[in-house]
Amino acid sequence: MSANDEKKARVIERDARLDIDTLTRERERLERTWANGRGMIAWLSETDHKAIGRRFIVTAFGFFTLAGILAALMRTQLARPENTFLGPDLYNQIFTMHGTTMMFLFAVPVVLAMGVYLVPLMVGARSIAFPRMLAYSYWMFLFGGIFLYVMFFLNIGPDNGWFSYPPLAGPEFGYGKRADVWAQLITFTEVSGLVVATCLVCTIFKMRTPGMSLNRMPLFVWAMLITSFMVIFAMPSIVLSSTCLILDRLVSTHFFNQAEGGDPLLWQHLFWFFGHPEVYIIFLPALGMMSEVLATSSRRKVFGYSEMVLSMTATAFIGFGVWVHHMFATGLPQLGQSFFTAASIMIVIPTAIQIFNWIATMWTARRLQITVPFLYMASFFFVFIIGGLTGVMLASVPLDRQVHDTYFVVAHFHYVLIGGSTFPLLGGLFFWFPKMTGRLLGNRLGQVSFWLLFIGFNLTFFPMHLLGLDGMPRRVYTYPASMGWQNLNLLASAGAAIIFVSLLVYLVNIVVSLRHGAVAGDNPWGAATLEWATSSPPPPYNFAPQPTVASAEPLWHTELTPPPIVGLADDKREVLVTYLLDAEPDHRYPMPGPSLWPLLAAIATSIMFVWSIFQAQGVVWGSIPIFITLIGWFWPTKGKERLEHGVRGTMTASESLS
Amino acid sequence: MRCAAIGRRAVLAVALLGAVAACEREDRRFKELPAAANRETGVRVSSLEPGMAQQQAEVKSPYQENAWGIGEGKRLYSAYNCAACHGVNGGGAIGPPLMDDKWIYGAKPDQIYATISQGRPDGMPSFGGHLPTQQIWQLVAYVQAMSGQVKATTAPGRNDDQMGALPESRQNPQVPIQTGHR
Amino acid sequence: MVHLQSVIHPAGIEAARIGDLWWTMFWICTAVWCAVALAAMVAIGRGRRAAAVDLPDRQISRNVAIAASVSIVALVALLFQSVVTGRALNTLRTPDALRIDVTGNQWWWDVQYENPVAGLRVTTANEIHIPVGRPIAFNLFSNDVIHSFWIPNLQGKIDLVPGRRNELWLQADKAGVYRGQCAEYCGLQHAKMALVVVAEAPDDFERWLAANRAPAAAPVTPEQQRGKDVVEKGPCAMCHNITGTLAGGRTAPDLTHIASRSTLGAGAIPNMHGYLAGWITDPQAIKPGNRMPPPGLSSDELQAVLAYLETLK
Repeated sequence: MSANDEKKARVIERDARLDIDTLTRERERLERTWANGRGMIAWLSETDHKAIGRRFIVTAFGFFTLAGILAALMRTQLARPENTFLGPDLYNQIFTMHGTTMMFLFAVPVVLAMGVYLVPLMVGARSIAFPRMLAYSYWMFLFGGIFLYVMFFLNIGPDNGWFSYPPLAGPEFGYGKRADVWAQLITFTEVSGLVVATCLVCTIFKMRTPGMSLNRMPLFVWAMLITSFMVIFAMPSIVLSSTCLILDRLVSTHFFNQAEGGDPLLWQHLFWFFGHPEVYIIFLPALGMMSEVLATSSRRKVFGYSEMVLSMTATAFIGFGVWVHHMFATGLPQLGQSFFTAASIMIVIPTAIQIFNWIATMWTARRLQITVPFLYMASFFFVFIIGGLTGVMLASVPLDRQVHDTYFVVAHFHYVLIGGSTFPLLGGLFFWFPKMTGRLLGNRLGQVSFWLLFIGFNLTFFPMHLLGLDGMPRRVYTYPASMGWQNLNLLASAGAAIIFVSLLVYLVNIVVSLRHGAVAGDNPWGAATLEWATSSPPPPYNFAPQPTVASAEPLWHTELTPPPIVGLADDKREVLVTYLLDAEPDHRYPMPGPSLWPLLAAIATSIMFVWSIFQAQGVVWGSIPIFITLIGWFWPTKGKERLEHGVRGTMTASESLS
Repeated sequence: MRCAAIGRRAVLAVALLGAVAACEREDRRFKELPAAANRETGVRVSSLEPGMAQQQAEVKSPYQENAWGIGEGKRLYSAYNCAACHGVNGGGAIGPPLMDDKWIYGAKPDQIYATISQGRPDGMPSFGGHLPTQQIWQLVAYVQAMSGQVKATTAPGRNDDQMGALPESRQNPQVPIQTGHR
Repeated sequence: MVHLQSVIHPAGIEAARIGDLWWTMFWICTAVWCAVALAAMVAIGRGRRAAAVDLPDRQISRNVAIAASVSIVALVALLFQSVVTGRALNTLRTPDALRIDVTGNQWWWDVQYENPVAGLRVTTANEIHIPVGRPIAFNLFSNDVIHSFWIPNLQGKIDLVPGRRNELWLQADKAGVYRGQCAEYCGLQHAKMALVVVAEAPDDFERWLAANRAPAAAPVTPEQQRGKDVVEKGPCAMCHNITGTLAGGRTAPDLTHIASRSTLGAGAIPNMHGYLAGWITDPQAIKPGNRMPPPGLSSDELQAVLAYLETLK
């Protein structure tokens, strides 16, 4: 509750300030207030969620490319039996780096980044909550990834798999600093993820535009909300376990030492308590993107809004109760394992309901548009479902005891992760590319890259089911010629080459379209949600005036739209904070402008993290620079200074629009 | 965009530099060392010399800065039952302790190699010919680690066993004193 | 494909039960996939038509509910069968089973046949013989990191966790040679940590067991005698054990009956003259990073050692 009457925003039925001249002047002023300037310092001080979201996406795809190159190396080595292209040490480092990069540096950051970019726009906010913290999270993600790859090139890359089980990764058998590098990368990326999740939860709960009650939020926003809560509950588990691993290796604690009361299985429990929700963290935002694109293509809202929300929520909750299915082969008691079988089978049901609702949506579409984004989403029904069904097979303890840690599992998780997250992500990127850049991606190149990916992906990963059933274990740098596995492996490697080409075509499409693509208007797809109510790309302040909604599909029911909100200042950065349930206006809240402190704090944190894996005192001495940067960050500023920030460089409106 | 390009180039430069100057600590060299590593001739086991001491270049053992080699040395220390005479963590039993600063026959890598290979009076077996050269050098590096002569970032951590002494990485460096036989 | 290590070519009762479960799940899941894929394609086809008639929401809800109910029934059926199979996997436990202790090392398998009489125990490595038609109880330990014991044709896998004893029951119902492999990433040579399981008629098995109880065959020719000397005097004796000689090391595979095994290096290469020579000369070339260093034998010594080892049947 705001005590100050002056701070309350006013909803005005008819207001003279809504005429076009006033609006233009207001937008020019807002442009100046929210602009970020040019030059190196401005780029490093960026706090605009759209710029940071784009950076996250570009950086994540950079890591995706690196991990893809590593996969290409692996498939080259495995194309022939007893191949000598890669020795065991290098291969082990490469498969570890591939998994670690994909899971921690690509899959989670990129889906959170789509949320970072889209959520404030979809909820009608001018900014994301805590923009400087968001900038800090980007730098931590970038520095963590650079740290990992620099270590990899120095031959200190981790080599114990992306889940790094002790005792292999422990102090006795994990020689050198490789496992510590892995464990500290986790800390970098988990700090980054937790921060982004916090920003998203606060934005979604407290910064929705008036009229957007919880039951009018887009399904993608629901997905990001649930994902963010999963991040908040899951990531501490792995931060804890990776810290315990570093402590075991550096200062001789005994968390995973059974001779002194610890247990190697403790690692597995702690890791997989994070690890299973992690894959739902990767999966759920893609479900949100599916809903948005399918609704737009079908020109109707997704059928069964409440069921969709409840399904995603149920998936998230149950997802925290299935982790032991990664440990069925460790010799745990049978009764306990059966519980996790039941939970792992049960978790299929909410996703199945979502699939049926989507099918119903398409069935009752009003002239379904087969666009490239739609193709990517439609492939979900064919690709992800195979993965989901092999997941049901793996949920069964006896069958899992046979195919655990074989290529059957490799096939399964690539089907669910790529089919369930990457395909929708590429479709979503195609869908929102015009909003982010103002240009449409080329349709023909889009079709080519989709079909190549579909064919290449199935060619690569389907044979792996058969390889697993024929006894080929995971994480092997070679296999004997006498086993008869070479034909399927060669097929998989050929498919990998096709995937490579398809992604190259997608990249070419992006590069070409940035310069020569068709200019996109505000709403090239005819979609319903608020991000399409502003220009492409959006101005720095997102919306002027502040939109209000009376429907879950505001752009399809413009006749219902209430008058916009006026009263937010245009000479300082302000956002409208609303109540949680029905988004009634609460108060105006000042936002910080660009700032270098997030970057400096991230540098200080990175120094402390890297130092502390080599020397225990690094934790203590390295905390001092962090402390100093936080003091600088939180140093109170007066209102006037923010105005200064807003007009740095004294730009005119026309300059800033380019 | 320009800054991103600079950043990308910087990372690439570091990566290439790293590939060239790759960390010796993390090398894994499975094959036998070149013959030059077998430097047994001319090893002095006494610090006394007639006249002026001839300067000997400070030699490092081949695995002194290699975490893999030291780790292998630690594994071999228990595999070959050195612990039976020298104690599980080098604390000494019927054989002299290896984690302290007193060295009967010298603490230099060449001298330790000679001790293991040639054997010594009063109970140290002669392992030359029974152990491959590479493994003796790994044991040399581990013996050095036990008294804190190697960098803490290269020395091994604790065993997955009951805790005896501090692990080698937390061992304070013991400045070697050549004591001779008592 | 040779099906030496195949989940869907069971040769034992446990693997057969799991194989049945596999096929049931496979057909039901295939049916589900086909149904959903078909529904999706029909939906897309229908949605594209311009004059699509709107179905009332109640009807759509009913259809979704039906689909969901069918899915739940299918899932419960699969859950039920999975639990039933799981319980059936425990019915092999009998007091007169053959007990074998397997200890996982990086990157080989130490195998010990239990017997209350110490002199009747058999120690071997990387190759396990079992009688057909008799329950076998494996006690599984690890000397270092987590490994996993897996013989797909006979049973599901179970991990070898340091500090724990895990138990695995299986029974071979068809004579034959089956291959197993470590199925938990355990370091540099995880890829080449295989084992051979020979299921044979009970008489053949008893004969094999008796032969393996005997100490090593004495050398006959002078070259074999020279080979034995080299083994006892050189690096081999530091790690390997050959019962009846001075080679008493315990940290490497037991070689007392090496010539009777079909593979070397835990399934890395066949046990034949040329391969054995190559292995002894440079094991790091065949299995880089494994625990055996090149012993540095001269060519005469190598020939002598080969001659001796090939008598150790």
